[in-house]
Amino acid sequence: MAKISAGSAPFDPFVAAQVLGPEAPPISERGTFAYLRGHLFGSVPQVLLTLFGAWLVYVTIPPMIQFFITDAVWSGTNREACLPDKVGRAVGACWPFIWAKFDQLVYGFYPAAERWRVNIVYALGAVLLLPLLIQSLPYKRLNAIAFFGVYPVVAFILLTGGDMEPKGFLLSWLGLGGLFSGFPAVGGLQLGFWADYILSAILVTALAAFVCRAVAGPEAMRPAIRSTLVTFAVLAAVLFAADIDLGLAPVETRLWGGLLVTLVIAVTGITVSLPFGILLALGRRSNLPLVKIASIAFIEFWRGVPLITVLFFATYMLPLFLPGRLTIDGLLRALVGVALFASAYMAEVVRGGLQAIPKGQYEGAMAVGLRSSLMMRLVVLPQALKLVIPGIVNNFIGLFKDTTLVLIVSIFDLLGAMRAAFTDPNWATPTTLFTGFGFAGIVYFVFCFGMSRYSMALERRLDRARRH
Amino acid sequence: MSEATDSAPTHGAGRRWSWTDPKLRSAVIQIALGLLLLFLLWAFYSNAVANLARQGIASGFGFLDNRAGFAISQTLIPYNEDMSYGRAFLVGLLNTLLVAVLGIILATILGFLMGIARLSKNVVIQALASAYVEVTRNLPPLFQILFWYLAVLAALPGPRQSWGFGLQPLFGAIGNGLNAIGLGVIGGPIGAFAAGLGAPSVFVNNRGLVVPRFFMESGGTLLLAAIAAGIVIAVLFSRFAKKRREATGQIYPVFWIGLAIIVGLPLLVSAAMGFPIGVERPQLRGFNFSGGVTVIPEFVALLLALVIYTAGFIAEIVRAGILAVSKGQSEAAHSLGLRNGPTLRLVVIPQALRVIVPPLTSQYLNLTKNSSLGVAVGYPDLFSVFAGSTLNQTGQAIEIIAMTMAVYLTISILTSALMGWYNKRVALVER
Repeated sequence: MAKISAGSAPFDPFVAAQVLGPEAPPISERGTFAYLRGHLFGSVPQVLLTLFGAWLVYVTIPPMIQFFITDAVWSGTNREACLPDKVGRAVGACWPFIWAKFDQLVYGFYPAAERWRVNIVYALGAVLLLPLLIQSLPYKRLNAIAFFGVYPVVAFILLTGGDMEPKGFLLSWLGLGGLFSGFPAVGGLQLGFWADYILSAILVTALAAFVCRAVAGPEAMRPAIRSTLVTFAVLAAVLFAADIDLGLAPVETRLWGGLLVTLVIAVTGITVSLPFGILLALGRRSNLPLVKIASIAFIEFWRGVPLITVLFFATYMLPLFLPGRLTIDGLLRALVGVALFASAYMAEVVRGGLQAIPKGQYEGAMAVGLRSSLMMRLVVLPQALKLVIPGIVNNFIGLFKDTTLVLIVSIFDLLGAMRAAFTDPNWATPTTLFTGFGFAGIVYFVFCFGMSRYSMALERRLDRARRH
Repeated sequence: MSEATDSAPTHGAGRRWSWTDPKLRSAVIQIALGLLLLFLLWAFYSNAVANLARQGIASGFGFLDNRAGFAISQTLIPYNEDMSYGRAFLVGLLNTLLVAVLGIILATILGFLMGIARLSKNVVIQALASAYVEVTRNLPPLFQILFWYLAVLAALPGPRQSWGFGLQPLFGAIGNGLNAIGLGVIGGPIGAFAAGLGAPSVFVNNRGLVVPRFFMESGGTLLLAAIAAGIVIAVLFSRFAKKRREATGQIYPVFWIGLAIIVGLPLLVSAAMGFPIGVERPQLRGFNFSGGVTVIPEFVALLLALVIYTAGFIAEIVRAGILAVSKGQSEAAHSLGLRNGPTLRLVVIPQALRVIVPPLTSQYLNLTKNSSLGVAVGYPDLFSVFAGSTLNQTGQAIEIIAMTMAVYLTISILTSALMGWYNKRVALVER
């Protein structure tokens, strides 16, 4: 090795003072021209594709703008306003038809004097749902309880009018109804029912305490009594709210329609399917053979049949399976069908989340001594549910689209109300159908597209949070 | 806690039952669940018996042999009003299978095209495909069925003003178009050529789609045999080619040779026999078409809606599948000297299929189940014929709905079994 000392070198070595930046790409690879060549006119097939695409845009977009906006009729009182002969020009969308049918599309045949109740339900739903959807807002748990627990009860009372007049509870069902028949009703409250309810609550609590003592020993008695009483108290609060007479005029569900029914079915489906779906998913992953088999059979059965058959099952078959004296409302039957169907789908979504939780989480929870119910509630489910929120939203989109099927069992949701509106001879014009489908399509698209964008944003956000 | 530690070591006859004992707990839970299920079954059964007795409905499947008495607008097997409900059930089932199978094939093709288009470098095509996917996926299927049926198909002209499809109208339109933009030199001859062609034989009007009917003349069976033989020979050849390739590295153009055998052999046979296939062209007589086959508009609307709706989902699945194959795979294939086509066919698609097949299966199942929505426009599928007309006439709700559900369940299970088998074939074999 030769020694190199400063100044003695025969040449001055080049030493770069800083790292050189990358050179700009060649002129053929940048700028507008390269973009056009790369994305539009690179080769002969590319050019043909571009021309074909441009032609497609040309034949779809301008006619649609012309139909829905420039040629459209915006005001009028009947079909005369939208007939080309009367107007004297080409007529596009007949928007007065939508204005005229708007109430029917939003409320169905809900009595006009009572529509403020529907409006309150809509507004309350929006007020409770929006903060739930925005991740950065606090009080999520409280908000979720309000939306999934309290809101359905309030909405139910407002929409139906409450004052349900329950006839009897457990003891009456067991044939002891005679004991309570003499009680009067005070302020809409059926005292006989409530006497039955309180007695039943006491008896069931005592029974639960006794069974727990016999099976698990005296230390299990206190939690058993507590949880039974809490269940009865919550149920009592709901029943009390439904029983009390608030002076609201009762509105039968067959008068409901339009967007109201669409939203009622979708929201009921999601609120009911979430807890049942979680239970079914846990059941499917259970170690107990009977629980597992029952859960798998339930999930696979409802997932294997079309929703229409489920609705037919609920409409025509379910009444045969229930005691003859029990008559169920038509909308409620459909809701039962939708809830069964949605629960099975929700169970599969939740199961995906449960499977994604690494085994170490379960083992860690067991290692700190949590019993399985606490392990699920405190460790596994919070993580699993967070993972599947996008899946739940996607499920909700599917459910929202599926609500249209109730029109086959003669319940008029948005699409059904629109279809009924088409038959009005007062508005029979050549463009009525396209206008109606355009409007309904926009409503469905706005809801579903909005939800899917929300789900995607959420997915990105959760993904980012996980990577940290 | 202290009690638990006390009782834990005392294994033996004197041991107290404890809720913390997993065996006991599982036994108690399962017995309770079993009892609950049994109670529900018993309650349903006894209620059903009581309700049926009250309404005077005889249960059982005897009604299947009774005279149906209603007509069905599309029948793939001979059927008339005097035949039984059982026969009507079969007709409905075949109609369901027809729309499901056709729908699955067409939706797969359209979905793959759209999925690949969404990944295209061409921004116009990409934007169009994205718009297609977003619009079709976000509109309810029932909405789409009603839209095609009520708004589009019903607005078509009547039989006398039918739209004809064929070479003549196509060339006619091209000729007119060229004339219109001032290229009469080319447009004129094309228009004249179009006028010289035969009349179109595919028509669309508000009563449906009219297409020619093909039928076998004598010697048709030989033709079928030739087609079968062609397929067998092609399969044998592809096996031979594969063995040969593995042994020597020599590659045959298997696809083209196979196609030549499958198409060529029947063509040769039929030429030798003087083309024993007859064509019955539809002809306008009076106010409707006679001859040919008329496809009812309900079928067209249902098929269109199902294909367009499901293809939107398939496109997203295909896109995700192709994106899931890492870029290094295609770069490696390119650096080995494979061109774009073989890279896609041999490297990217086999790996993408692993991601694509499971969700594709559920889309096929969804399409089959959604075909029951045909009842909304009166397409005589299983649901509409059986759970609709037959249920209305007989009132045998339990038997009919149970049978309908069982059929859909069976179709679902069969499809998922088939796709499961296929998935196993394409799945990654981990060593």
